[in-house]
Amino acid sequence: MSDVITLAHGSGGRKTSELIANMFKKNLGNEFFTADDAAVMPRPEGKIAMSTDGFIVSPWEFPGGNIGKLSVCGTVNDLACMGAKPLYLTCSYVIEEGFPIEDLEKIAEAMGETARKAGVRIVAGDTKVAGKGQVDKVFITTAGVGVIEEGVNLSGANAKPGDKIIVTGDVGRHGTCILLARDEYGIEADVKSDCAPLWDAVAAVLEACPEMHVIRDATRGGVGTVLYEICDQSDVGIKVDSEAVPVADEVRGVTGMLGLEPLYLACEGTMVMMCPAEYADKVVEALRKTEHAKGAKIIGEVTSDNKGRVVMTTGIGGMTYLPQPGNELLPRIC
Amino acid sequence: MSDSFDARNYLENYDGPDFRIMEVCGTHTHEIFRQGIRRILSPKIKLISGPGCPVCVTPVSFIDEAVYLALEKGCTITTFGDLVRVPGSSMSLAGARAKGASVKVVYSPLDAVKYAASNPDEQVVFLSVGFETTTPSDVMAVKKAMTDGLDNFSILTANKTMPGAYEAMGKSCDAFLYPGHVHAITGTQICKDMCEKGVSGVIAGFTGDELLTALAIAAKKHSEGKPFFVNCYPRVVKDEGAPAAVAMVDKFMQPCDAEWRGIGVIPMSGVELRDEYAAYDARKKFAIPDQKKEYKTACRCGDVLQGKIIPKECPLFGKACNPDHPVGACMVSSEGACSAFFMYGGDL
Repeated sequence: MSDVITLAHGSGGRKTSELIANMFKKNLGNEFFTADDAAVMPRPEGKIAMSTDGFIVSPWEFPGGNIGKLSVCGTVNDLACMGAKPLYLTCSYVIEEGFPIEDLEKIAEAMGETARKAGVRIVAGDTKVAGKGQVDKVFITTAGVGVIEEGVNLSGANAKPGDKIIVTGDVGRHGTCILLARDEYGIEADVKSDCAPLWDAVAAVLEACPEMHVIRDATRGGVGTVLYEICDQSDVGIKVDSEAVPVADEVRGVTGMLGLEPLYLACEGTMVMMCPAEYADKVVEALRKTEHAKGAKIIGEVTSDNKGRVVMTTGIGGMTYLPQPGNELLPRIC
Repeated sequence: MSDSFDARNYLENYDGPDFRIMEVCGTHTHEIFRQGIRRILSPKIKLISGPGCPVCVTPVSFIDEAVYLALEKGCTITTFGDLVRVPGSSMSLAGARAKGASVKVVYSPLDAVKYAASNPDEQVVFLSVGFETTTPSDVMAVKKAMTDGLDNFSILTANKTMPGAYEAMGKSCDAFLYPGHVHAITGTQICKDMCEKGVSGVIAGFTGDELLTALAIAAKKHSEGKPFFVNCYPRVVKDEGAPAAVAMVDKFMQPCDAEWRGIGVIPMSGVELRDEYAAYDARKKFAIPDQKKEYKTACRCGDVLQGKIIPKECPLFGKACNPDHPVGACMVSSEGACSAFFMYGGDL
C-alpha cells in the first residue's frame, strides 16, 4: 500500500479492492459485511427505525475520539433516541486525495471498535476519493437500521406537564473540545469529547420506565436547543434549575472565559430524557449503572405555564429565560 | 451564601424611599439579566441599564469611518466581533464585507498587530473601542507595532472614559453601580470625588452574590438619605487602582470630547492618541473626512441608555429590531440592554 490515498483508490479497480480488503474488511468485517452490491440480512421482528447522518468534523481527530467513532455514535444514538436497538449500519467515505493511509486506518479502527461496543454491525460501505482541495480530508456518512421493541413510543411531542427532565451526563463537552482542538483561542485545557454510543443507556432506561416520553441526543445546538424544540413540539413550558445542570469544571472555565453558554454547546454522548415524575429516580439510578451515563441527573421539569419558553431558576434565587437558540456558534463540529 | 441570602431578603422586602440605580457596565447588565436579579427586587428599586457597553455607545459616525477605511481606502479592518453587525448610516461592517471589504474578527488588539506583521502588503486598522479597562491593551498594541517597526498598523479610536459619563448621567439616577473592572484600573478616587459632588455609588463585582450584596448596601445607604460611596469589590479594586496601566495610557493618549451613541457629545469623555503618535492614528493617517451627518431612526437606544424608557417601550423592540436584525446598537451586543432584555425576558 502506498502512504497516501490517491485517486486510484477510488477508481473501483485493484487499488479500491486492496483498500477494502486491507482496511475496511479488516476493521469493520462481520458475517454480513459484503463486497456485493447490497448486504443481505434476516428480517427483524417489529417496527424498524432508520436514520442517516453526515460527518464533516474539523479537525478529524480530537481528544476523546475521531470522525470514525463519531460517525458510528451519531447514527447509533439517533436510532436509540427512538427506542430502536441499532442492528446494521452502512458507511460512505469521501476522502481527499493525499490523505495519509495511516490516518485512515485510525479512523477505520475506531469505527470498528465503536461498532462492536455498540453491538451494531457495519454491513456495507462505499469509498470515493475527491481531488485535492475538493473535500477537507475525510467526510463520512453513515445510515443505520434498528428495531423498536413492542410498546415503546418516544417522540419530542410526548412531553407532559409534571415530567422530570434528566440529562445523562455533563453538558457541552464535545463542543468545547472541538473549539479548543482548533487552537484559535490560545486556551489550553484538558477537555475530552463525550462522544459515546448510548444504546445500552437507553435500553436500561426503557427497562426501568415503561412510560418513557422523550429521549433526544443533544448534538448540534446542545441541551438548550433540545429543550426549546421539545417546548414547541409538545406545547409546554420547561423549568430548569441552573445549579443542577452538570458542567465539568474545565468546560465551565473555558466557556466562562469565552462568554459561551454550556447548554448551547454540542454533546455527542449525552442525552436529554423526559419521563413521569414517579419514574425519575429509577431512571437516574438505571442510567448511572451504565458505562457512559454515570453523571445522570435530574435538571428540571416540564410545566403547563410559560409555554414555549425555557425558564431557569438561578443560584441566587432569581428567574430568567434561557436565551433562545441563536446562530451556529461553531461550524463543522460533527 | 448567608451574605447573599440576607442581601436578597433585604432587596426583596425593601420599603425605603424609591431608589433608581444605574449600572454602567455591559457585563453587569448581562449578569443582572442572566441571574434574574430584576425579578428579586422590591418594586421600589429600579435598575437602569446605562451607557456601559462599548459597542452600544459607539456612534454611527464611527462605523461610517470604519466602512470608509475598508471600502474607500482598502484597509483591512480588525475588530472585536460585536462591532461587525452594528449598523452605520448606510451599512454595517458586515455589509461592507459583503461588498468585498476585508473585515477580520480578532480576540485581542495584539492579534491585530500579529496579523499586520504577517501581512505587510495590507494596511491594518484595529477598531479601538471600550473604556478604561480595555484602553491599556489598545495602547499596548500601538507600542508593540512601534517596537516592531510596523508601518502598516494603526488604530481608529473611540475610547471612552467613565467620569464624564457619570457627571452627564448623574441626574438620571439616585446612585451608580460602578463597574468593578474600570475601577480596578482607575482606583476609587473618582468615586470619592463624585460623592463629594453629591453623586452616590457603589463599586460592584460580577457574580450573582457580589451584585446582590452591592445592590443591598446601596439601597440601605440610600435610605439613610446622604450621598455615599462604598467599594463592595475590595478583593479586586484597590484605592490606587493600577498606576502602571494608567501611566502607560497617559503616555500615549490624551483626553478629548467624545460622542456617545444616543446621548451626544460629552466633553472630555474620551481619549485619543497624542500627536506624536499620529502615524498610528488611522483618522489622521488616512485623513478620514468628517462622517457626521444627520441620521434619522425610530430607534430609542439613547433613551434606553439614559433610563428614560425600558427596552420594550421602544416601538422597534422585538419587531423590526431583534438580535438577528438589530437596528440599534443596544440590540447588537449581548451586553446591550435591549439584547439582554430580549434574550432573558426582562419582564419575566
